[in-house]
Amino acid sequence: MILGRIQVPPNVRKGEPFEVRILVQHPMETGYRRDLNGQAIPLHIVDRLVCRVGGVEVFSAELGSGIAANPYMAFYAMADASGEVEVEWKDNRGETGRVSAKFSVA
Amino acid sequence: MKRRDFLTRSGLAATTVVLPVLAQQPPPQRFQPVQDIAPLLAQLTGGATPQQGGIEVQLPAIAENGNSVPMRIKVDHVMAPDDYVAAIHIVAERNPRPLVASFHLHPASGRAEVSTRVRLAGTQKVTVLAELSGKRFLMTQADVLVTAAACLDESM
Repeated sequence: MILGRIQVPPNVRKGEPFEVRILVQHPMETGYRRDLNGQAIPLHIVDRLVCRVGGVEVFSAELGSGIAANPYMAFYAMADASGEVEVEWKDNRGETGRVSAKFSVA
Repeated sequence: MKRRDFLTRSGLAATTVVLPVLAQQPPPQRFQPVQDIAPLLAQLTGGATPQQGGIEVQLPAIAENGNSVPMRIKVDHVMAPDDYVAAIHIVAERNPRPLVASFHLHPASGRAEVSTRVRLAGTQKVTVLAELSGKRFLMTQADVLVTAAACLDESM
C-alpha cells in the first residue's frame, strides 16, 4: 500500500474545469544510485497513474525515473454532476495505491 | 649556490614540471552527456513533423537542485470532444532515460495544463511535445540551468 494525498475543491461549477492535485509518497529510485556498500539500488518507481471522475477516465500518466521523489501532479478535470475523483497508481513492483475525494457540483 | 638562488630555481623547475600535467588533465565531468533525442521524438510522433510553439512551459531559469525542479505545462488549445490535446510528453536530453513522463488527457479534462516536479541531470534544453487529436503535434523547448545535477553518484 503506497500512501498518497489528493486535493480537490469541495464545491465546483458544472462543466467548468477544476484543479486536482495529487501527491504520492514514493522514493522513485532511479536505479542509478549505489548504497554504502557499493551495491546498486534497484529501480523502484511509480510507473502508471490513472484519474477517474465519476468512473470516466480524465487523466492518466506514464512516469519514468525522471520524476522527482514523492511524485506531485496537478491537472484539470470537469464534471456535470456531484461525485468522486478517484486516483489509482501502481509501481514497477506491482504495489498499488488509491486515493479519492468527494466534490459537489453547485 | 646561495640558498636564495636554490629556492627560486627549484621553485621555477617545480612549476614548469607540475603545471603542464595539471593543465592536461581533462576537466571533471559534471553532467551526463547530451543524447540525441531525435529517434525518441520520431517514435513519439510516428514520423510526423511537430509544429513549433503553442505550448507555455514554466521552468525556473536556474534550478538549484536537479533532484526536484517544478514544471508547469500549458497547451494553448481547445478541449472540444473532436479537437483536443491527447497527450503531453516531457523529454530531457541529458537524462539517462530521456523520456521523463507522458501525460494522457481527455476532452473531459477541460484544460490542457499539467504541473509536476522533474529530475534533471544537468543544464539542458527540456523538450515538451504535445499530441493533439488527429496525430498533430506541437513542440516547445525550454532552457534550464541546473546547479547541482540529479542522477550523479552522491559519494563523488
